[in-house]
Amino acid sequence: MREEMDNQEVLLTAEHLHKEFDGTVILKDMNLSVKRGEVIVIIGPSGCGKSTFLRCLNGLETIQGGKITLDGETVESGGKGIAGLRERIGMVFQSYELFPHKTVLQNITLAPTKVRKIPRGEAEKEALELLERVGLEEKKNSYPRQLSGGQKQRVAIVRALAMHPDVLLFDEVTAALDPEMVREVLDVMLSLAQQGRTMLIVTHEMSFARAVADRVIFLDDGEIVEEGKPLEFFDHPKTERAQRFLNTFTYAKVEK
Amino acid sequence: MDFSVIAKYLPLYEKALLLTVRIGWMGIFLAILIGLLCAAAIRFRIPVLSGIVKAYIEVFRNTPLLVQLFFIYFGLPKLGISVDAEHCGMIGLGLLGGAYMAEAFRSGLETVEVIQRESALSLGMTERQAFFYVILPQAVSVSVPAFVANIIFLLKETSVFSAISLMDLMFTAKDLIGLYYRTTECLFLLVVFYLIMLLPASVLGSLLERRARFAGFGE
Amino acid sequence: MVEFGLLQNFGFDVLFKGSNMLRLLQGLWVALRISLISVALSIGLGLIVGAVMTLKNPVIKAVTRVYLEIVRILPQMVMLFLVFFGTTRIFGWNLSAELSAVIVFTFWGTAEMADLVRGSLISIPRHQYESGAALGMTLPQIYRYIVIPQTVRRLIPLSINLITRMIKTTSLVMMIGVVEVLKVGQQIIEANRKASPNAAFGVFATVFALYFIACWPISLLAKQLEKRWKDA
Repeated sequence: MREEMDNQEVLLTAEHLHKEFDGTVILKDMNLSVKRGEVIVIIGPSGCGKSTFLRCLNGLETIQGGKITLDGETVESGGKGIAGLRERIGMVFQSYELFPHKTVLQNITLAPTKVRKIPRGEAEKEALELLERVGLEEKKNSYPRQLSGGQKQRVAIVRALAMHPDVLLFDEVTAALDPEMVREVLDVMLSLAQQGRTMLIVTHEMSFARAVADRVIFLDDGEIVEEGKPLEFFDHPKTERAQRFLNTFTYAKVEK
Repeated sequence: MDFSVIAKYLPLYEKALLLTVRIGWMGIFLAILIGLLCAAAIRFRIPVLSGIVKAYIEVFRNTPLLVQLFFIYFGLPKLGISVDAEHCGMIGLGLLGGAYMAEAFRSGLETVEVIQRESALSLGMTERQAFFYVILPQAVSVSVPAFVANIIFLLKETSVFSAISLMDLMFTAKDLIGLYYRTTECLFLLVVFYLIMLLPASVLGSLLERRARFAGFGE
Repeated sequence: MVEFGLLQNFGFDVLFKGSNMLRLLQGLWVALRISLISVALSIGLGLIVGAVMTLKNPVIKAVTRVYLEIVRILPQMVMLFLVFFGTTRIFGWNLSAELSAVIVFTFWGTAEMADLVRGSLISIPRHQYESGAALGMTLPQIYRYIVIPQTVRRLIPLSINLITRMIKTTSLVMMIGVVEVLKVGQQIIEANRKASPNAAFGVFATVFALYFIACWPISLLAKQLEKRWKDA
């Protein structure tokens, strides 16, 4: 897809990442390095640890071993400067998590004005531009509960973008949506990929994964089982576990 | 009903109302303060203190104000801690109300989901920013109905102040009934004056509730 | 001896004199009895009034609304005075203080209970009735197997809370002359003024504790049930 990728600098890394909770191991010895501009899709059965992995990358989970770095700086939950690092790592959640007490515009400008300390007028101007790009400029004064799920999720993406993050993490952002709304959100993500954004996407939308990914990572039982280019992975999975997982998405014809 | 009697008693009731309102609102103010501090102690899991606060809440929610007042007013002086009747009323109402307010604020904070904090953090906010810009405003609007109900409840609870010989509305009514047997007029004035005290609070409360429910969340 | 000294200093010693502790407990029972009778009546009447309140008849709606507002805004203490002093004056009845208390607390408790019943009934979503109907159930069956069990689960913790509120409110009856635990306490303190000058602390601390012991387990039970049934 993008051959020049090999020469790009490494932006985000996880080395020997180990995470456990109440004695249960959730992630073991995860190693991943993400280059600037790369789009990585993480797939795997539910409970395999893929959401936890994203949350670790944003310092929302404590880790019991290993190291996560962004541009050489360590990302650590509760660590010094974690807020500054999170500023550079945007995250979009499955359940949108817009702030219900604020309008769409206020949702987007809250962090830029309070965290990046840019003037309100400037923040609003940029927010409106971003809203226009996702087709929601007329919703600027609505409250979250007046929006559909797809609209909420597009606002959540804009809210993350307004912080000018270096990396964007998407945690099953279409899983809670009605089928007809999935497309509008995926289209926004596709266009972000085309702009060369660095993205890590956890999803169950296989055809979307195939279209958007530079690299697919298959996670099962807390470890990376297989990774590769999307076409290779989806058409010729090497491991048996990946084959079995991909088979759950196809149906045998009903014999009558 | 004899209106000349009512006119004669009116100034006494006015005086009693002022006293009740003054002590009542000071007590409520104290209750809000105690409630906020206690809710914060629990929310931020301050060691030891949060345990004490939880015990305090259980004790004062499970005993009547009248008994609390008797203990403070008649019991504590035996340990050398004396408070006059007015302060006793205020402190008693403050302690009782503090336990109820703490519950209201605490459950308000609890209903704001953990992931709201995380989503604020993921935007680069500090814990403090996430608390003040994202969690607290939502918790406040969730707490409003319980908060309003507590204020009405506390204003009604002031009716036991006469037990520690505060010359409040109940005291005045009972006193006048005992002295002159003008029961009808005395009881009529009693109801009227309680309505004067409680109706505005009740109406304001419903307005506040409506605002919190609708304006805050855009419906 | 040291222990005894401590007891005396804090005025707990009077409790062990004669039948004082027993008298206090009897006083508490007077208050509890009033609350239990009132609670039983309130729950019974509240179920009926609450069910009636879900009817869409405008007259019923208006009347019950006024009833609820009166109870919401008037302190129970004022209602006690109205019934205890007022009925004697206006109707010439001579109600005993205890009977007045039961009347007032039932009037108040019925309103509270009815509001809870109404709230629980209307909180059962429409489609619960519909899915019952879709399974071919008759209306009585829908109520018997679907609506009432769900309503009861919401209702029980809330009505248990009403019991503790009733017990606490009953402490007011001493103000119209019922000899209950606080009044007995005062009598004990009076009688031992010379021998045990600090009795006020010991006695009122004990009354405080007695009320807590009466109410706390009930509150815990309500909390427990609420939690268990919320998850189910």
